[in-house]
Amino acid sequence: MSSPGQGSHTSASLEKTAYKEPNKFLRFLNSKKVVPYIFVSPFILSFLILTLYPAIHGIIMSFQSILPGQVEFIGLRNYERVFNPNFYKALSNTTIYVILTVIILTLVPMLLAILLNSKLVKFKTIFRASIFIPALTSTIVGGMIFRLMFSEADSSVANQIVNFLGMESIDWRYNAWSAMFLMVILASWRWIGVNVLYFLAQLQNISDELYEAADIDGASAFQKLRYITIPHLKPITIFVSTITIINGFRMFEESFVFWETSSPGNIGLTVVGYIYQQGIGQNDMGFGSAIGVVLMLIIFVISIINLIATGTFKRGDE
Amino acid sequence: MDTNKKNSGLTWVATVGFALISLIILFPIIGLLISSFRPSSDLMRDGITFSIDFSQLNMDNYMYIFQQAASYWSWYGNSLIISALTIVLSLFFSSMVGYALAVYDFKGRNLFFVLVLLILMIPFEILMLPLYQMMVGAQLVDSYFAVVLPLIVAPVAVFFFRQYATGLPTALMDAARIDGSTEYGIYFKIMLPLMGPSLAAMAILQGLASWNNFLWPLLVLRSNDMFTLPIGLATLLTPYGNNYDILIAGSVLTIIPIVILFIFFQRYFVAGLTSGGVKG
Repeated sequence: MSSPGQGSHTSASLEKTAYKEPNKFLRFLNSKKVVPYIFVSPFILSFLILTLYPAIHGIIMSFQSILPGQVEFIGLRNYERVFNPNFYKALSNTTIYVILTVIILTLVPMLLAILLNSKLVKFKTIFRASIFIPALTSTIVGGMIFRLMFSEADSSVANQIVNFLGMESIDWRYNAWSAMFLMVILASWRWIGVNVLYFLAQLQNISDELYEAADIDGASAFQKLRYITIPHLKPITIFVSTITIINGFRMFEESFVFWETSSPGNIGLTVVGYIYQQGIGQNDMGFGSAIGVVLMLIIFVISIINLIATGTFKRGDE
Repeated sequence: MDTNKKNSGLTWVATVGFALISLIILFPIIGLLISSFRPSSDLMRDGITFSIDFSQLNMDNYMYIFQQAASYWSWYGNSLIISALTIVLSLFFSSMVGYALAVYDFKGRNLFFVLVLLILMIPFEILMLPLYQMMVGAQLVDSYFAVVLPLIVAPVAVFFFRQYATGLPTALMDAARIDGSTEYGIYFKIMLPLMGPSLAAMAILQGLASWNNFLWPLLVLRSNDMFTLPIGLATLLTPYGNNYDILIAGSVLTIIPIVILFIFFQRYFVAGLTSGGVKG
């Protein structure tokens, strides 16, 4: 990443700040004991108001029945309702989606990055940029394009290909398997370029000396890949698969763009979609919060497993 | 001689292979571009198709959107305002926090840093219902403020700024103190300008995230004239397709400015969108 800039012009800006005798309060505000806390205060406020309070309130809400002007505690009744066939459908859809996206969005970008990093490919920058461009689109616009490409009509791109291969046209949005295919391909299309960049950054960190030493020892291209490249990619592979897993459990838009809030036989229902459907759609905020708490526990357990498996504290983000 | 020949053959195969892959990946966007010149009724009936009647291509969808789609332009304005607010506010606050965590030694510094990492791991979707309740309670629903508020202190950005500010020359700070500058003067006049590249990367990350944000605006925006582009466009995705002209031309006009920015500021896009990881 970029290096810090140079501060050649700073002396000029210093001369402008003329020395003044500060009063006591200003001196207090400027003391080195106070200044850091003032700088950090936006974070403290946002943490308390926008993270800690909603987290606690969410847990409280999950034990409540919430109707306009009438909130009462109902113990574990929301949780008893959570484990129903719709939730299991949402959870199994989400899990399958996570497994498929992790496999695709780790292996394919890794392979593409290794090839892009080799001396074999020309015009690398153009290819890297083209692969990255889908990441600039929103899921809604991307999904709209995929809806039109995978429309039920015989004349859509997807069905033209399918017909060309000698098969019948497919109602893409109405079969369980093709519904999953649509969500996975949309997510993969949008994220592949970003993940390629992660792998490329790591590949460029591997020192050339290792490969030179291997050359002297007469290692083949495959041996260099197997014993130098792949082991060095381990940390970034763990990172990429971790954020893909977390993003997978947060998935909502990829389903919404194809079916809004209700899909035939719930073939597109996801856990977050279920929270939205119950909490906002049905206005059952207590029940929605209970699903949210269960989702939090699932993600928490996965993070712990990940932490143990890798032995390091890994960061996840959007 | 022989190995060279073999290598150039391989290079040829790999390069053509990548050209094909790039073409496949760009195909949906090219398809969108071409389709935006097709009659919207055809588009609705056939979807995006290989069999395009090139004699039918025209500018009607764009004429319509520029002359008659007032709601589309109000979404566009909302998206611009919300993205601008998000960029300005989140850069201002997140950089302050990241900077303090990097350059000052104070009690609780490590705790704050651990909290930043912790929030990074909590999915927003889990907090959205109580946050929504809060917005309803504060009567902020259907306002720009409600959309922007949760993004103001972005943990990703705090983390990124903290990493970046760790490399800043602290000797400059001491020199400025001797000259009588306040800590705030040091920050805004000396250190912040040095953080330029990281500000650019985060402006792009936050701007793009906000431009494409969907779930939270979907919750807190109620009226059509407050919708952002993704929310507004999503309302047009009906099976009846009576607004496909706005949908398709509108999507193109949503993507194009971003792609142009990307071409000019590629380096910052790359730094911004991969800021979640790589190196520490």
